[in-house]
Amino acid sequence: MITNNTNRYGWAAIALHWLIALIFIGQFALGFIMVRIESQRTAFELIQLHKSFGFLLLGLVTLRIAWRLGNAAPALPRSVGALERRAAPLAHFALYAFQLALPLSGWALVSVSMLEIPSMPFNLFVMPNLPLAMSDAAESFWTEAHWYLAYAGIALVVLHALAALRHHFWLRDSVLVRMITPSSDQEME
Amino acid sequence: MYARILGLAAIAACLAMPVFAAVALSDAAGSYTISPAGSSIRFTIGKAGGGGFDGAFARFKGTIRIDNSDVGRSAVNLTIYPESVGTGQNRIDAFLRSDAVFDAANSPEIQFRSTSVKRTSDTTALVTGQLTARGKTFAEKFTAELGGLKGGTIKFHVTGKVLRSRYGMDVGTPIYSNVVNFDMTLTGKRG
Repeated sequence: MITNNTNRYGWAAIALHWLIALIFIGQFALGFIMVRIESQRTAFELIQLHKSFGFLLLGLVTLRIAWRLGNAAPALPRSVGALERRAAPLAHFALYAFQLALPLSGWALVSVSMLEIPSMPFNLFVMPNLPLAMSDAAESFWTEAHWYLAYAGIALVVLHALAALRHHFWLRDSVLVRMITPSSDQEME
Repeated sequence: MYARILGLAAIAACLAMPVFAAVALSDAAGSYTISPAGSSIRFTIGKAGGGGFDGAFARFKGTIRIDNSDVGRSAVNLTIYPESVGTGQNRIDAFLRSDAVFDAANSPEIQFRSTSVKRTSDTTALVTGQLTARGKTFAEKFTAELGGLKGGTIKFHVTGKVLRSRYGMDVGTPIYSNVVNFDMTLTGKRG
């Protein structure tokens, strides 16, 4: 099924989860490389690619949050303990917050940059800048903010992945499997 | 002097145009060395979404020779040092000097050698020539307009469009236009 039910995720939620995971981790790697590469030309092109994927990520995350709010959230398996039951929603809320904050802080960074390089996602259209004042100080601020958010965000992703693996290999419950296999009609009452 | 030329032109146009042309030309004929004082080489590249990107070259040298008997045999040579590019942003200047654009370390000179000069009006001419940058040479056209002639000093306003992709400088397209608009003021001193 496309939609979630109270036990399982539908394929829309699953597709969004893995697509965003791939782009999020890819963006971290791309960001890490593009600021270290020697060739100025390649660096410029990688930065434009990073911006393109950033805007794509922002669009997908917006869609994902809307989907999450408009759909049933599958309940945690009964075996999940009280502490984890409280921590999981906080961790997931933080993950969503990072998914939004990272592309937004990147957008702010390119908007305030004195270099005034237009954003043209995948060379398709011109993305307007956020209405923020340009200055070297603002650029430094958003560069740092983007950097700290990236490292904190990727740390949270690692924690999230470890928790999923713990559920699968140690606790042997359905938490990871249900983010891979969609809900089916048979399960629908 | 410019005003006087125009004034004369108006009168001459009513009487005998070739006479005026001959007079103005013999005034201007000679060899000139482009003087950095009073000269500028500016360029603009359009940006996606509007606006543009401006820069200038601070260092260049060249000569202008205006033939006494045949304007078509006049010649312009210009050498620009891309190391001297300036945009008001150090990071952009470093980017332009790097191998992403000019590769100034390996190609320290951009050269223009005119191959033909065609007079298009009393004060304008179309200058065709070979432009060499980063080891690539193509024919380019520039419009030169006589801006003034005073004593041994001649002034031209030169404009033209160059496609940067042909010279291996296509980085940033289509965010930045492929067309580079040149706007130069070249002041030559006789001798």
